[in-house]
Amino acid sequence: MNDFVNQFWNWYVILLVLVSIIACGVLLWSQSKVAPAAGTADTTGHVWDETLEEYNNPLPKWWMWLFHITVIFSLVYCVLYPTLGSFQGVLGWSSDGQYAKEVAKADAETKPLYDKYLAMDLPTLAADKEGVETGKRLYLTYCMQCHGADARGSKGFPNLADSDWQWGGEPAEIVETISNGRMGVMPAHAQLGAETIKDLANYVRSLSGLPADSLRVAKGQEAFNSAGCSGCHGPDAKGMTALGAPNLTDKIWLYGGSEATIIETITKGRNNQMPAWKEFLGEAKVHALAAYVLSLGAGESSNNK
Amino acid sequence: MSETQSTYNYKVVRQFAVMTVIWGIVGMLVGVIIAAQLVWPDLNLGFLHFGRLRPLHTNAVIFAFGGSALFATSYYVVQRTCHTRLLWDGLAAFTFWGWQAVIVLAAITLPLGITQGKEYAELEWPIDILITLVWVAYAVVFFGTIAKRKVTHIYVANWFYGGFILAVALLHVVNSAAIPVSLTKSYSAYAGVQDAMVQWWYGHNAVGFFLTAGFLGMMYYFVPKQAGRPVYSYRLSVVHFWALIFTYMWAGPHHLHYTALPDWTQSVGMLFSLILLAPSWGGMINGVMTLSGAWHKLRDDPILKFLITSLSFYGMSTFEGPMMAIKTVNALSHYTDWTVGHVHSGALGWVAMISIGSIYYLLPRLYGKPEMFSVRLITVHFWVATIGVVLYIASMWIAGVMQGLMWRAVNADGTLTYSFVESVKASYPFWAIRFVGGVLFLSGMLIMAYNMVKTIAGGRSVDDALVLQPAANHA
Repeated sequence: MNDFVNQFWNWYVILLVLVSIIACGVLLWSQSKVAPAAGTADTTGHVWDETLEEYNNPLPKWWMWLFHITVIFSLVYCVLYPTLGSFQGVLGWSSDGQYAKEVAKADAETKPLYDKYLAMDLPTLAADKEGVETGKRLYLTYCMQCHGADARGSKGFPNLADSDWQWGGEPAEIVETISNGRMGVMPAHAQLGAETIKDLANYVRSLSGLPADSLRVAKGQEAFNSAGCSGCHGPDAKGMTALGAPNLTDKIWLYGGSEATIIETITKGRNNQMPAWKEFLGEAKVHALAAYVLSLGAGESSNNK
Repeated sequence: MSETQSTYNYKVVRQFAVMTVIWGIVGMLVGVIIAAQLVWPDLNLGFLHFGRLRPLHTNAVIFAFGGSALFATSYYVVQRTCHTRLLWDGLAAFTFWGWQAVIVLAAITLPLGITQGKEYAELEWPIDILITLVWVAYAVVFFGTIAKRKVTHIYVANWFYGGFILAVALLHVVNSAAIPVSLTKSYSAYAGVQDAMVQWWYGHNAVGFFLTAGFLGMMYYFVPKQAGRPVYSYRLSVVHFWALIFTYMWAGPHHLHYTALPDWTQSVGMLFSLILLAPSWGGMINGVMTLSGAWHKLRDDPILKFLITSLSFYGMSTFEGPMMAIKTVNALSHYTDWTVGHVHSGALGWVAMISIGSIYYLLPRLYGKPEMFSVRLITVHFWVATIGVVLYIASMWIAGVMQGLMWRAVNADGTLTYSFVESVKASYPFWAIRFVGGVLFLSGMLIMAYNMVKTIAGGRSVDDALVLQPAANHA
């Protein structure tokens, strides 16, 4: 943990800091020794701009002490805490160490609780009031920034409270999603041409019962199979959780169901990422988070296989 | 000495003095707008949202309002205390028009999102170059005037102005070093934590030199003048001047506590911030004690009220600053509104109030009047501004400490007690009080503008003030 490329800079810092702190004390000490000469006028004798003069008052005593105390405090601090280059200070304190200590203490305090959660299977934990409360609090710290305070998501961020599971709603699948993250890729299909894409958009809308141009729906259905859409979304367009390909028939839209938005999705494709949390939160907290997600009520198995 | 029959250059002082009031209103108005945007988020209209307007506010109040006040007073003080006309009228005029151009360019580029992204150094490289040119010209005019002074000793106010001019030149050039990729975009010459350290070395010294040393120069002229008393202690001014300009240079790392900055650098920043307490208070003591024997003048002289109150706020915020630089305190205060309150106790209470007092002193002298159009209105301004500052600081203290405590509160299961948005929600009432405080302070500036316009309307531009002979025992 040495910040210096060589010893020169280490000693450079040490000397500069010590000399500078001591110099403050020396400046003060030297000036406090200069008492106004006896018998002189009570001002310095200089006059500027008709009226500006200066009294020769000595430095206020209390102020000098205040100054000296800060200098002495600083020198003591240099000995105790890391200040002088790579010298760690006799107390051996470091901000990394303080962090590690606080985390270790917190982990030790909460370990029995999380061990208890970990020993419960997810459906049981999802029914446990205390466990779900913990999961919810974790959610409000780490997840709500994207999925929203009510877990209902927003454009590009899935709703966790509905029954639609892009990557699968089985307990193990939810844990996998939180632990290792997910990378959702819808490729761009601009090469199909604007007309075909519009046909496809109308077909996709018709699958959710939305108003669509019936001529285009027919052509779109054909294109859906011939252009390769069914490869990921399935011939029945009900999606494929193994690939994270959404069900297109359930009236649930990750990016929006308007014709323009669907055209944009098909033309430009979509890239989406759920970050991985296992390293940061650890197994037990992921477990509690998954329990909270399950408890949102929609934890039934996905029907979009 | 025929030269003493020449006159002082009041024109450039007048220009800067008037612009101080105008930019003060503009900058504080933008401040009130962004305060309102925090209370009513719907006011974030189009690209004129908080993120774009906030740097406009800080640049306008620090560099347009504060900068104009510093130019105006330093040009006035250096001529008067050197008993000679300002060096080179043309170059002084260039500093005025150049500085106004910088401000206008800032007002155009910042809302458009053209920024270097460095706090208080947002302006892009072409504007940075213009700033450098103006600043060099400023140094030439200021130090050139000192060089041709008719007195042996340099008055203490000029030490502080001189220190401020030199340090700001150094800070600006080093921190703004960047590699341009187009006319409106550049990348910092530094990377990673070094970039952060250079930025906060600059940032804290912008406070230390632009907002402190320069305004102490102002204090050392206008307080003894208005009080009609000699400066309390020459010795104190020597010690606190050297200690202040020396230690400020080290204090920057306290902005980066508990970050990727090495521990030793953080400690050094913290210690010098603590040592800075006494030198800072030296200025306050020297100013306030100058009034000893003349306290009664405070009762009916509103200009003196402004000057002395500003010193009280200076003392308060320079006590608060070192405290907040202590790691343990900083762990609570950092990233909260406490910092915002601290800055404004310095910026409104100290910087703005000493400037306002000084400009009230200057205006009648620059426009050939015995006093301002209405002394009563100065008193009204004083009370409105003081109540505004107190509301601002108190609300931010409460909000800041509350946020800090909410963010660190944990439950038995190790989770956070409050989500971030809950701390935002809890802050609303205090943001509303802050908004009211800001509106009051702005209203004070509007009263000042009215008073200024009336004073100018009834006066004349004084261009025939004869340069005074130095006092006999001092030539």
